[in-house]
Amino acid sequence: MVSHYPERSLTSASMSPRTLFNTTMTGVAFICGVLALVPLVAVLSYVIIKGFGSLNFSIFTELPPAPLRKGGGFGNAIVGTLLMVGIASLISIPLGVIAAIYLTEFSSGKIARWVRFATNVLSGVPSIIAGVFAYGIVVLTLVRLNLGSYSAIGGGFALAILMLPIIVKTTDEALQLVSNDLRQASVGLGATNFQTVTQVVLPAALPAIVTGSTLAIARASGETAPLLFTALFSTFWPNSLFQPTASLAVLVFNFAISPFQNWQSLAWAASLILVLMVLITSIFARWATRQKA
Amino acid sequence: MATNSQNLSSAIKNRSDIGKSLDRGFIWLTRIFALAVAATLLWIAIQVAIGAWPAIQKFGLSFLANSTWNPVKDEYGVLPQVYGTIISSLIGLLIAVPIGVGTAILLSENFLPAKVRLVLVFLVELLAAIPSVVYGVWGIFVLIPILNNIGRWLNTYFGWFPLFSTPPTGPGMLPAGIILAIMTLPIITAISRDALISVPSSLRQASIGLGATRWETIFQVLIPAAFSGIVSAVMLALGRAMGETMAVTMLIGNSNKISASLLAPANTISSLLANQFAEASGLQVAALMYAALVLFVLTLIVNILAEFIVLRVKRV
Repeated sequence: MVSHYPERSLTSASMSPRTLFNTTMTGVAFICGVLALVPLVAVLSYVIIKGFGSLNFSIFTELPPAPLRKGGGFGNAIVGTLLMVGIASLISIPLGVIAAIYLTEFSSGKIARWVRFATNVLSGVPSIIAGVFAYGIVVLTLVRLNLGSYSAIGGGFALAILMLPIIVKTTDEALQLVSNDLRQASVGLGATNFQTVTQVVLPAALPAIVTGSTLAIARASGETAPLLFTALFSTFWPNSLFQPTASLAVLVFNFAISPFQNWQSLAWAASLILVLMVLITSIFARWATRQKA
Repeated sequence: MATNSQNLSSAIKNRSDIGKSLDRGFIWLTRIFALAVAATLLWIAIQVAIGAWPAIQKFGLSFLANSTWNPVKDEYGVLPQVYGTIISSLIGLLIAVPIGVGTAILLSENFLPAKVRLVLVFLVELLAAIPSVVYGVWGIFVLIPILNNIGRWLNTYFGWFPLFSTPPTGPGMLPAGIILAIMTLPIITAISRDALISVPSSLRQASIGLGATRWETIFQVLIPAAFSGIVSAVMLALGRAMGETMAVTMLIGNSNKISASLLAPANTISSLLANQFAEASGLQVAALMYAALVLFVLTLIVNILAEFIVLRVKRV
């Protein structure tokens, strides 16, 4: 007896339009993935090749040279970047962490929802707007008080505005991951809210908070736009918080668009250092959180 | 015995008094800080509006329709910049959305082994971590020379088409759009991937069980289910593209003329600010603040819409 069971119905026909479509789309998806990685490889390889070519030790210790002169470096820009990111961290980390404590520990749903909403919207504010804002708040105030105008303080303030939402968000998430048993145990032993938060909850969430802050710092150190007219630029070592201050990012911008060969090669070197700083911190931060999880 | 318990009860009472007020103070402190973070948004708006006030009074809404930018005569309008901001962002999205969503699909389904997928996700995230100014430098020295050759070819053979009607001048709308595509791609990929992953796997199984192929499932089940997530990803990317400053400033050419050609230089609000703010004085500062306010409002609308979509999706 011959079986009438349709043999091929359960396996897909290799040339049917449906299968062809399926295969084609898989190919398209892979092409998309490759296209997404092309810019990363292209940018990284160029920055590394060009940057290493102009890297040497004096870059960290010397001041920017005059156009067309050999040698020189951008030690002042490295110090300036660290200085301004430091100021920004001093403002944004305490403010952000304490605000996030309210969101997870003490808030009732509605206020927290609005604050989280505002934080998310704040993280979408263009960085140059943060610069305009800092110009209005810090630079103009310093002018009015006769203390100066463009300065490290202004730059730090602008960067703090950009770091704040990142820190609130990561701390908020970190605190939410702390198990409620810990809080209940602490309160059950008679601890006050303050003691519970500072001695039980914060220590438990500390690694994640540090990771988030590191990422925020890495992000801030690459920001250029808000520094253009708050910190301006300077070719000297920073010696006061109330004076124009150099930063790596602004140096890259100024020197890359200059017509001078030696400045352009310094711009590549500074790009390399910026990229390395950002990449190493991101990689390290991701690795640290993944280890813990 | 009696005194002992008295001490104890007074100790508890004392501590509870001081402790309570300390505690209440601490909660209030955190509440004030949280509200301060939210208020920053308002503070930025007010501060920028105050700075812009002289220009708002002088030009009113005609500021948006006027295309002169003349510091010598104190006449200002931002029509070319608004045009450039929107068009360059749209070009960026036009390139980034298909590639980004495609990558998100690749990274959310099991096309690749899990370990390879993790590495790819990480690499795409790295793309977001590279500072904007570095993209600008790369664009100037690598992207523009390549695009110049392509642009010259396009202009020679397709010059009759308005989009390629001018010979390439180096910087222009096209390089700026491409760099925006690169910079918004990680956002689109990351958020779309989250949306696709959070589609319940029972939907997937049901579709496959009915005999759909993998891609029929993706197009007819997964993408519709994750659609609002993908839309909000695109909106967030649009907001980011409109506010992006450094890379665009270095690649767009900063010409205050409106041209239909993709190869012609253009300008955006943020690059106008980046170029002129430090050297501006008097009414020009107010006009720049006004331009900043326009940009702020534009990105705010886009971001708030995106957030609302996300919130609505989360509640469902």
